[in-house]
Amino acid sequence: MVAAPADIAADASWRDRDQGLLRFIACGSVDDGKSTLIGRLLHDTKALFEDQLADLAAESKAVGTQGEAIDFALLVDGLAAEREQGITIDVAYRFFATERRTFIVADAPGHEQYTRNMVTGASTADLAVILVDARKGVLTQTRRHSYLAQLLGIRQFVLAVNKMDLVDYDRATFDAIVADYRPFADGIGIGAVAALPISAFRGDTAVARSAAMPWYDGPTLIEHLEGVPLAADRDQARPFRLPVQGVSRPDLDFRGFAGLIAAGSVRPGDAVRVVPSGRTSTVARIVTADGDLDAAVAGQSVTLTLADAIDCSRGDVIAAAGDPPMAADQFEATVVWLAEEDLLPGRSYWLKLATQTVAATLQPPKYKVNVNTLDRLAARTLDLNAIGVATLATDRPLVFEPYADSRTLGGFILIDRLTNATVGAGMLNFALRRAQNVHRQPVEVGREVRAALKNQTPKVLWFTGISGAGKSTIANLVEKKLVRMNRHTFLLDGDNVRHGLNRDLGFTDADRIENIRRVGEVARLMADAGLIVITAFISPFRAERDLVRQMMAPGEFVEVHIDTPLADAERRDVKGLYAKARAGRLANFTGIDSPYEVPPAPEIRIDTTALDAEAAAERIVRYLIP
Amino acid sequence: MTAATLTHLQRLEAESIHILREVVAECERPVMLYSIGKDSAVMLHLARKAFFPAPPPFPLLHIDTTWKFKAMYAERDRVAAENGMTLIVHVNPQAQARGINPFDHGALHTDLWKTQGLKQALDHHGFDAAFGGARRDEEKSRAKERVFSFRTATHRWDPKNQRPELWNLYNARKAAGETIRVFPLSNWTELDVWQYIAREKIALVPLYFAAPRPTVERDGTLLMVDDDRFRLAPGERPVDRWVRFRTLGCYPLTGAVESRATTLDAIIDEMRVARTSERQGRAVDRDAGAASLERKKQEGYF
Repeated sequence: MVAAPADIAADASWRDRDQGLLRFIACGSVDDGKSTLIGRLLHDTKALFEDQLADLAAESKAVGTQGEAIDFALLVDGLAAEREQGITIDVAYRFFATERRTFIVADAPGHEQYTRNMVTGASTADLAVILVDARKGVLTQTRRHSYLAQLLGIRQFVLAVNKMDLVDYDRATFDAIVADYRPFADGIGIGAVAALPISAFRGDTAVARSAAMPWYDGPTLIEHLEGVPLAADRDQARPFRLPVQGVSRPDLDFRGFAGLIAAGSVRPGDAVRVVPSGRTSTVARIVTADGDLDAAVAGQSVTLTLADAIDCSRGDVIAAAGDPPMAADQFEATVVWLAEEDLLPGRSYWLKLATQTVAATLQPPKYKVNVNTLDRLAARTLDLNAIGVATLATDRPLVFEPYADSRTLGGFILIDRLTNATVGAGMLNFALRRAQNVHRQPVEVGREVRAALKNQTPKVLWFTGISGAGKSTIANLVEKKLVRMNRHTFLLDGDNVRHGLNRDLGFTDADRIENIRRVGEVARLMADAGLIVITAFISPFRAERDLVRQMMAPGEFVEVHIDTPLADAERRDVKGLYAKARAGRLANFTGIDSPYEVPPAPEIRIDTTALDAEAAAERIVRYLIP
Repeated sequence: MTAATLTHLQRLEAESIHILREVVAECERPVMLYSIGKDSAVMLHLARKAFFPAPPPFPLLHIDTTWKFKAMYAERDRVAAENGMTLIVHVNPQAQARGINPFDHGALHTDLWKTQGLKQALDHHGFDAAFGGARRDEEKSRAKERVFSFRTATHRWDPKNQRPELWNLYNARKAAGETIRVFPLSNWTELDVWQYIAREKIALVPLYFAAPRPTVERDGTLLMVDDDRFRLAPGERPVDRWVRFRTLGCYPLTGAVESRATTLDAIIDEMRVARTSERQGRAVDRDAGAASLERKKQEGYF
């Protein structure tokens, strides 16, 4: 095929020039001139169009803070709600290109949401530009920005000393700020720092060289950004890793494993190992729509076929056979909390890492970090924007690498199981215990056999409701009726369990979660034994009730909500607990100073204002044995 | 082996394919919105690459307004026939019954045909994820749009309640009734799109290339008289001008630019020196002030 001459010329000219894609993050407070710098880069690389400039000029006059001059902050502060309130609430991404390189800049604005925004923007960045006002020097937030960027794995830093025009382009001022920053940077493990004296407002050393600073003979900011090595290139030198996104099976003869190569390179014939199963094979083909490839490298999305028909599916990692990643189920992790609702140690969250999604629980943090002083503080939980180090356990082995080695196999998000919100982000530091050799003991006599012997279907009748609703009373009646019908039952009662199995637990949220988790595990074992298990616990949180539901076989868990108005329970106050709680002598009492989350769709709801205990028990038994 | 730096187009391509594959892995009924424009053409091309040798495992959905350029309908039918993918065309029956048109109804035209039409189609087919070709460089409120953008069961977008997106980890979990709009081209610029079209030799509607076309000038905007539904003002007469389009929509709402660029290379050369943004030609963004597109997005517009 003969390509048109114009095509060839055009193609060649881009390839020669294209030095890849650099993502960076610009960090600084409003007054440091960050928005002005970004506006300057966009403007001077011709990434702004006339109509956008015209809009900007009109808006600057209407709501800007720069008088008649263009207020570049308006360009960067995108949403109407933000502009009206004068705050920015989110990360914005800006794009510009030079002849040599394409750039994506994450603009993470300041204020109270700063940590959350900055870690989001920094998670994909190769480089951080730390802005400092030449008149103010290195401030608390300069250190905070640098720490967060370093924490998220950025290894290249630019210290941009801005507003040099306002200090008469004075070299001594610049040198003093650089000398102040270096020891701090060394102290938190930032390696190379390129320091540049600039004026974003006037354009000095941003895109063009500055006549006002003949003493500075280093590169402009753009030249520096065009020349720095890319993280993606560094990843190519590491051992091969392909987290499998999906399996392509268009027909019976083709089985391809699709994914984005996280590290290394691959060629047909390479020996590979599928982790965590450990099975080995060799790469047969690298399949793309443009024909098979001879090689592929980190950063490319490919489909591999293997020489042998071995088990491999979404979540597995295809890796270099001689140097595969480990799998583990307990880790030390650094966690950044992103949600308004605090972390609940012991609660089960979804954890997504690369293409794996598992259930994970966190221990109370070992410490949290004050991002301004970098001091380590004692903490029982993490609140919004807090950063802490904690032990994390997953319900099955996770293929991983330490975050310092691999952002893809070391970075994870935590997802609330009820709201589906992304509530946390984290970085695995190291594994506490390798999981390869931990297997469950298979048993010969199964649960079906045991249930059949008892001639019944195992169930877990999970009573929930506020204190004094009548859970224990009704549960007792239900058990008596079932026993009379020759059913094998066991009643687990909240107060009794707290005298034995759970006597080490109190009534904080974390302890309540652990209480329910243990009871759930015991109920599951008893259901495995073939019993009809009846439990009577306040179990105030939906998340834990749902967790227990998921432990059981489908249909086995029967949620029974004993629904009593708080006023009724308090009036009866059989155990005198409400009076104590009201008097302030009993903390964390459900319904008074601790919430009860009503089940949205229980299998059975008993309205105690309409049914007495006897009638309620009868209804529950009828549900089981119609 | 020494590192071979991937070009920025290779990086963007790989990241978009990763996004397409994540949605297919984690959602139940995805659909790709196909608007016949250059961004849709690129998105469809990426989908073919992502799932090769299998065809993309989702249908295409065109929200038709009946007011697109004739050449767009021809291209749509050609693409559907060529790909063997299912193409669903949705025409809002209420807009049709009321004869909604861009001459008489202003903002109502976009709302009824496009916003309401899209919601109807998503509800009717039960799609839980819809791919769209929007890019962050298009407009200010888009710059902060997530790649995975969640909509309530009533299709509303809450800009203050979006999920943080770290690394390339996308949380696709959602409650029953909620849907996701997914933007695989989020990090592409207009120039990237054109360069990629040239590199991959992707077919486009001829309207993107300059040709003599019958046009009238109104308030500084060149509009093409594509059929006899166009209402000419008294004394107004279409004049043949050399024009092309940077973006395509309903023909009475889409401004042309004067150009002699008849090849991709010529278009890209013009792009490199272009001084106005592509959305400038779209009346739809400007009909209610600076925050207009943001408001439309909250109401469910793509």
